[in-house]
Amino acid sequence: MKKTLCLYFQVHQPYRLRQYRFFDIGKNSYYYDDFANKTIMNRVANRCYLPVNNLLASLIKKYNGAFKVAFSISGIAIEQMEQYAPAALESFKELSRTGCVEFLAETYSHSLSSLISPRKFKDQVAMHVNTVEEHFGMKPTAFRNTELIYSDTIGEMVADMGFTTMLTEGARHIMGWKSPNYLYVNAINPKLKLLLRNFRLSDDIAFRFSNRSWGDWPLTAEKYAGWLAQALEKDDIVNVFMDYESFGEHQPAESGIFDFLAALPGMILNHANTEILTPSESARKHQPIAPLHVPYAISWADEERDVSAWLGNELQQEAFNNLYKLEDPVRDSRDPVLQRDFRRLQTSDHFYYMCTKFFSDGDVHKYFNPYDTPYEAFINYMNVLSDLTLRVPK
Amino acid sequence: MKVLMFGWEFPPHIAGGLGTACDGLTRGLAKQNVEVLFVMPSASGDEDQSAVRIINASDVVAFEKKEEARQIFDNVHFLKVTSNLIPYLGPDEFEEAIDLEREKEWNEFRISFGNKFKFSGKYGKNLMEEVMRYALVAASIARQYDFDIIHAHDWLTYMAGIAAKKISGKPLVIHVHATEFDRSGENINTQVYELEKRGMDQADRVIAVSNLTRDIVIRKYHIAPEKVMTVHNAVDFKTAESREIERGVPEKIVTFLGRITYQKGPEYFIEAAYKVLQKCKNVRFVMAGSGDMFNRSVRRVAKLGISSHFHFTGFLQGEDVKNMFAYSDVYVMPSVSEPFGISPLEAMRANVPTIISKQSGVAEVLNHAIKVDFWDVNALADAIFGLLNYPALSRMTVRCGLEEVNAMKWDNAALKVKNIYESVLNEKS
Repeated sequence: MKKTLCLYFQVHQPYRLRQYRFFDIGKNSYYYDDFANKTIMNRVANRCYLPVNNLLASLIKKYNGAFKVAFSISGIAIEQMEQYAPAALESFKELSRTGCVEFLAETYSHSLSSLISPRKFKDQVAMHVNTVEEHFGMKPTAFRNTELIYSDTIGEMVADMGFTTMLTEGARHIMGWKSPNYLYVNAINPKLKLLLRNFRLSDDIAFRFSNRSWGDWPLTAEKYAGWLAQALEKDDIVNVFMDYESFGEHQPAESGIFDFLAALPGMILNHANTEILTPSESARKHQPIAPLHVPYAISWADEERDVSAWLGNELQQEAFNNLYKLEDPVRDSRDPVLQRDFRRLQTSDHFYYMCTKFFSDGDVHKYFNPYDTPYEAFINYMNVLSDLTLRVPK
Repeated sequence: MKVLMFGWEFPPHIAGGLGTACDGLTRGLAKQNVEVLFVMPSASGDEDQSAVRIINASDVVAFEKKEEARQIFDNVHFLKVTSNLIPYLGPDEFEEAIDLEREKEWNEFRISFGNKFKFSGKYGKNLMEEVMRYALVAASIARQYDFDIIHAHDWLTYMAGIAAKKISGKPLVIHVHATEFDRSGENINTQVYELEKRGMDQADRVIAVSNLTRDIVIRKYHIAPEKVMTVHNAVDFKTAESREIERGVPEKIVTFLGRITYQKGPEYFIEAAYKVLQKCKNVRFVMAGSGDMFNRSVRRVAKLGISSHFHFTGFLQGEDVKNMFAYSDVYVMPSVSEPFGISPLEAMRANVPTIISKQSGVAEVLNHAIKVDFWDVNALADAIFGLLNYPALSRMTVRCGLEEVNAMKWDNAALKVKNIYESVLNEKS
């Protein structure tokens, strides 16, 4: 049986909050930094979404169905594309019509709701599924949670919602001696197949590609295909999952990343024994080898591969708990603007900005962070949340 | 390695942070096997000499014979240049002055001190004169003692450092704890600037207490960047200082503690207090300290109509300072310019959440204080509001802040200083 490479790219942009002082509480309930959101969305669309979509479309055409990819686009990102970069959204729709692109489901808000509220989680997934159907004309069968957050119970909820495949991290502390390059199943409900990210081969592209102090720089498609072939000599599937913005934004066009991507499918398909499939296809094709036990939530973030990047300190926990206290009254309020704001405040990025781990490590955190310090992020978020709380009917 | 170090004060008799810093640094150096001869203008004898040997400049015979004086002045050329600055120190005038003075005072001097200068060691009217005399004594000390390198703290001792360098030929490191720009804003005392610049020019290395200060040394004194190194100050706190104190008022208390002068930014504290009080009444503001902006501050508070929630304590020291910290729910240091700034560390040690200005050197080493631009009154008000209203914020800054402050050690700073000594000595040999 042929071996499989599975490519999935995450598309997400949060609604960044404007500087919201306590004087604004109860007086001004507009929370967003329109300028930053618009500028960033336009920049990323021009550097990444438009050119890379274009490139992928040409590769799909060139390989005539043998090259496939998967996307997950958060509902929040789709909203912002509609608002600021409709051409980018249109080009994703064009890709969806090639038949070689799978769209995955996630939480609409790119939220952490799976960690606190099963009901909210299911609501948000349903909302995202509807959004994907509406824009891309297909109902997702595979699921990826925010930041690949996964645990046995989250997997069980996902299976209950009818998904057959879920993507998560091949976290070293979970895998131990086991290889991430096989199909696994959820420990509670074996109907849910698990695809695990190969972090080494993913990060070679996403983080290391343009790093000149890396021993393997410069990375060529040929070299990469060699590594892949090596990994697939024994194993079944290599899952290369990353932020879509790695192409052109994190790794700039000048680094040669586009040429690398353009050359990659040819190099891989040269190996007679390898094919490129989407997540749902991979899960259908291969036999699961074992259930995977994940009692505590894992993710693809930081060295720890847990949820400490979002809920690791007391600031994050306080903000998170205060936010979800509002869940029921916001739901009951039937106020669409309030519900929209509540959704946007749930985006995991807001909690990521409050992470104090970056004092010791994490250029990555700094890169994504509009605030100078986690304390500023917390104060600003709490001011906004205080205003939102005032708007919730008592 | 042996260092001849010039300071102006040393605990227990100190007026500011300089003496404490010298104490911490010399203790750290002692652990690195660096021997320190610490010269100060007026020692009282009760200084802790476990880590240093203290030389009291008031006990040193400046020169035994007139020829010696001559020799010192031939070597110490800088004094000629300053002659117009301080007339009696020109070589000719000096000789005359010395002769005169000797004629006049010789007898009293010999009876009471030998041929010694009596220094006040204070920061009084005759400061310039003392600075120059200190340099003379320094030259004499430099001839009497054996050492490898000279280290001078702040402008008061730069002349002493230069004199010692001229006499001994040993390299000079000067240590900038503050510059004239920190003390006076843009309206600087040009005499002091002159002395500071001369010290920096003559030094083989300049140590600045923060990158902020290093930047001032480079930009405003035009010193070559490669010569200027940052060694952040440290603190050696033994334990957390927490005391129980009964409060007289139910409101939360936000405190400014420091001199009420331009560079400490008291007006920004007042404006921020006004903004916070518009939104929440359950808070009182305290301005503890004295200074030339005191009256203006009181007037401004009255004009804003917030006097019922804004209190002035006047100058505090010792136990009162500790009690003030114990009373406080938030400590604010909105300094316009602060080379380092030790008091936020003291607040954090007392478990008080702390807000500091980004224009302070200490902001470079603290992660768990909230940082704002001193001029950004809105941000300052917002930070105060946040600390008062979002409990997780004060809990976390207190817990992590204490850990952070306790991890700052003079040992680490001393190691950096020792490395600087070594790099200079290697260059020379």
